Amino acid sequence: MAASESYPDDLKYHAEHDWARIDGGEAMLGITWFAQDALGELVHYEPPNEGDTIAKDSAYGEVESVKAVSDVIAPLSGEVLEVNAKVVDEPETVNDDPYGEGWLVRIRLSDAAEVDSLLNVDAYKQVVAEA
Amino acid sequence: MKLIFEKSQGGRRGGELPRYDVPPAKVPDELKRERPPRLPELAEPEIVRHFTELSTRNFGIDTGFYPLGSCTMKYNPRVNERLAMLPGFRDLHPYQDEDAIQGALELMWRLQEALIEVSGLDACSLQPAAGSQGELTGLMLMRAYFADRGEGDQRDTIITADTAHGTNPASVTMAGYKLAKVETDARGNVDVAHLREMVNERTAGLMLTNPSTLGLFDEHIEEIARIFHEVGALLYYDGANLNAVCGISRPGDMGFDIVHINLHKTFSQPHGGGGPGGGPIVVRDRLEPFLPIPAVVKDKERFRLDFDRPKSIGRVRGFTGPFGVFVRSYAFIRSYGPRLREMSEVAVLNANYLLARLREAYDLPYDRLAMHEFVLSARSLKRDNGISALDVAKRLMDYGFHPPTIYFPLVVPEALMIEPTETEAKETLDEFADAMLAIAQEAEDDPQLLREAPHARPVKRLDEVLAAKRAIVKYGFEDHPDLSDTKAEPRQLEAQKGA
Amino acid sequence: MLAEIGVSSVEELFRDIPAGVRFGRKLDLEPALPEQELSRHLEELAARNADTSKELSFLGAGIYDHYVPAVVDTVLQRGELLTAYTPYQPEMSQGVLQAIFEYQTVICELTGMDVSNASGYDGTTVAADACYVAKHATGRTKVVVTEATNPQVRQVVKTYAPGFGLEIVEVPHRGGVTDPEELRRAATDAACVIFQQPNFFGCLEPAPDLAAAANDAEAIAVAHVDPISLGVLEAPGAYGCGMAIGEGQSAGNYQSFAGPHYGFFAARNDFIRRMPGRIVGETLDAAGERGYVLTLQTREQHIRREKATSNITTNQTLLALGGLVHLSWLGPQGLREVGETCMGLAAYAQSKLVDSGLEPAFPDRTTFKEFAVRTGRNAQVAIRSARERGVHPGYALGRDYQGLDDVLLVAVTERRTPADIDRLVEALTP
Repeated sequence: MAASESYPDDLKYHAEHDWARIDGGEAMLGITWFAQDALGELVHYEPPNEGDTIAKDSAYGEVESVKAVSDVIAPLSGEVLEVNAKVVDEPETVNDDPYGEGWLVRIRLSDAAEVDSLLNVDAYKQVVAEA
Repeated sequence: MKLIFEKSQGGRRGGELPRYDVPPAKVPDELKRERPPRLPELAEPEIVRHFTELSTRNFGIDTGFYPLGSCTMKYNPRVNERLAMLPGFRDLHPYQDEDAIQGALELMWRLQEALIEVSGLDACSLQPAAGSQGELTGLMLMRAYFADRGEGDQRDTIITADTAHGTNPASVTMAGYKLAKVETDARGNVDVAHLREMVNERTAGLMLTNPSTLGLFDEHIEEIARIFHEVGALLYYDGANLNAVCGISRPGDMGFDIVHINLHKTFSQPHGGGGPGGGPIVVRDRLEPFLPIPAVVKDKERFRLDFDRPKSIGRVRGFTGPFGVFVRSYAFIRSYGPRLREMSEVAVLNANYLLARLREAYDLPYDRLAMHEFVLSARSLKRDNGISALDVAKRLMDYGFHPPTIYFPLVVPEALMIEPTETEAKETLDEFADAMLAIAQEAEDDPQLLREAPHARPVKRLDEVLAAKRAIVKYGFEDHPDLSDTKAEPRQLEAQKGA
Repeated sequence: MLAEIGVSSVEELFRDIPAGVRFGRKLDLEPALPEQELSRHLEELAARNADTSKELSFLGAGIYDHYVPAVVDTVLQRGELLTAYTPYQPEMSQGVLQAIFEYQTVICELTGMDVSNASGYDGTTVAADACYVAKHATGRTKVVVTEATNPQVRQVVKTYAPGFGLEIVEVPHRGGVTDPEELRRAATDAACVIFQQPNFFGCLEPAPDLAAAANDAEAIAVAHVDPISLGVLEAPGAYGCGMAIGEGQSAGNYQSFAGPHYGFFAARNDFIRRMPGRIVGETLDAAGERGYVLTLQTREQHIRREKATSNITTNQTLLALGGLVHLSWLGPQGLREVGETCMGLAAYAQSKLVDSGLEPAFPDRTTFKEFAVRTGRNAQVAIRSARERGVHPGYALGRDYQGLDDVLLVAVTERRTPADIDRLVEALTP
């Protein structure tokens, strides 16, 4: 059952429809409601490996529905600490709960200053409105 | 409906094989098959019934109107099927000596000449197996051409339109080129200003189809050709839409240097549920040396295969190409002759007529005359009633029509790409238009009916998400142990062991 | 119709075409032929070819004169199948989709693999496909091919290699087969190793050892196999191969001067997301009934575009369907019998030729349906002389291999009889 549209206040956003939840020197990353709605029900998640380095604004993985495939863009740079195995096994988790159970990776930030370049919820809602 | 494996009965078979009084040969133990393959075990009547039943669950051009845009689903004349089965074509081995294949070689040469005339270029290879392979071959030709001129490293990029069929960018990657995309302007033409910014000495060439996938003839094609030729780049024509312009405008005259032709589109090779097709390429003189080997050439009054082509890119496929496809396309062309022009005229007339009948009820992204196909949008239906192009397509099935192409080209949201072709009567076009109009009305009055369509097919709407998740791509014998116990005995030389 | 459109002539429909690119004359093509004249013209062309009704043929070398049962023609002429296209709208196309699903199953059964696509163009291009998959799966850019693999397969792989960024290395044949040790050494850092079974000479390779040699080097073992042989020869999946490919023509297609036919491509489940071409999957409809759809389409060009696993769109479905019908008609028992018959007849032919004074080119090798024999003179001369007696004795191997100018590759299928073989022997006697 897909979630209803929402953009939590406590997250930071990237214009490519990704979110980040910052927690000290680490961050949880995922895709927003808008992204999962555009793709449709996800059938596959191709994650990075634990230990990989990911770079801000570059793709770190892929998500697929039956009709589309999309790169997942990293809002921040860092080292992959954990990949969400639940999403690998049940990709539709992202549709049901994009900000909670549907997180994609947890990373250790390599450059905390990058957080400043992310959008807050209002700025991101603006991006969605114009999309 | 059952799968053929579910109809198997152990020991049954379609027919007997001849037996010869020769010593049995022995396969070395380490190479021997341990367990027989679990092939179907049915007698011939059951085999015929099975495939007949399958065919009744399928819709072809023989069944009804099939306006799948970009695919040119025209009627396939039956005489061509008979001709392809003549023993002199059907039972001919490709390695027969040259004196023994003169009829086949002449047919191929004549087909080449006809394609050269239609495309307005100089030399042809029939070898590529389909349009996609023709595209890849054309890009390989470009690569060889530039390498030969010492510009191989310099030229690394191919430009495609944002309306391009997915094969174009896929071919670019397979050929080892980088991809750049040019935008389409508000009139549906390539955005020439954007193009000028992109083209430079690193450009190897352009891949374009004209008319485009929007069904529109590019009004600036001459300027586009100039832009590329000025920097020494080449133009590649995706022949998918050739049905619109045969005898009216030739890609060579438009400025294209390499053309692939889809024999299964313009020249009526039956589509066969997905294939076969043919993707011959026709090129300007200066690219001729790079064509695949062997070439089919005429030497005074005889025909032969020429392997002595030192600059050729090599072989892209086995032998000289899909010969049975050549027979059908050659026969098709010979049955029209110069009247191929009328074929295109009627294709364009039919498309514009349908467009005129449908433009009020659906959104028209580009308000121009169409060529052989046109693109509508179900955008308003989506906005007002939550009905998508997919829903329209599924409901059309209930009216007895194959749906048009949907969600392509990507630049049009909720796209419906409709290509009637020239072999449809006006009555059929009117029936289709009436159905489309009725569906637009149903979108307002009874949208749920559309969302649950189709209602009148052998199956209801199929769950593609489930298919992707389960990825069941073959029959699960393990789940049906009674069918897994397949036997296959060594041949007995004496009396028959019967089923 | 013109009134409805709002133009006054058909000519006006083309007003968007600039004058500079308008074709100003009539197409220079011969006048239209009505059906009867058309038939006469094509029949005349066909009559000038020496097909198998005119000359007893032992030609093989990749395309074979196997018996195509009449039911194949019956099924392929059903208009609903013949004149349909790719089943993009599955509710309109359950016939084609289910048939492809059955075909995929049959190919997996023959080859011992987990997934098959709906066909590739032919036995040569599927080898290029396999290289593309192997490159992306391993990250390596070297491909090893045996010299005993069909020359056309090797040529096509070499044509595709520059665009794919691949280096192709060949391992020579030793007396008609491949040495696994030599292969193992060559396979270091290779993405895949391609070998043919039976090979181009008709000889049985030590296939399990070749696959093991590839696997030792962490290269993917790719077997190029003959579908008609897989009732008597082991499935590649059973001896360590990651992919199995080949030319399908022997199963269900006429020779037809080499086309159209179909290439088959099957692989272990590890490679499913990298597979090129159409794949049909099973699913349920809205009423809970079983049905079939194209699946994993995100691999393909219409979705993934420049990152697609292949650009293939139109494939060879109808010909693959011919293969399905033929193999269904044979069943496992029939397939075994065809294999045994071909093998027995070929061995018989070889022994008769040896009795008549000719030498095998590769003595002591076990062969399947083809064998190489030394004629004692230039093979082309032997062919000419045999054809004067109404027999084409086989393929001149010297066209592709050094030192074999006197060697003929003779194919013997279940359509040949002992009497035919006697004629062959007689025709090759100088």
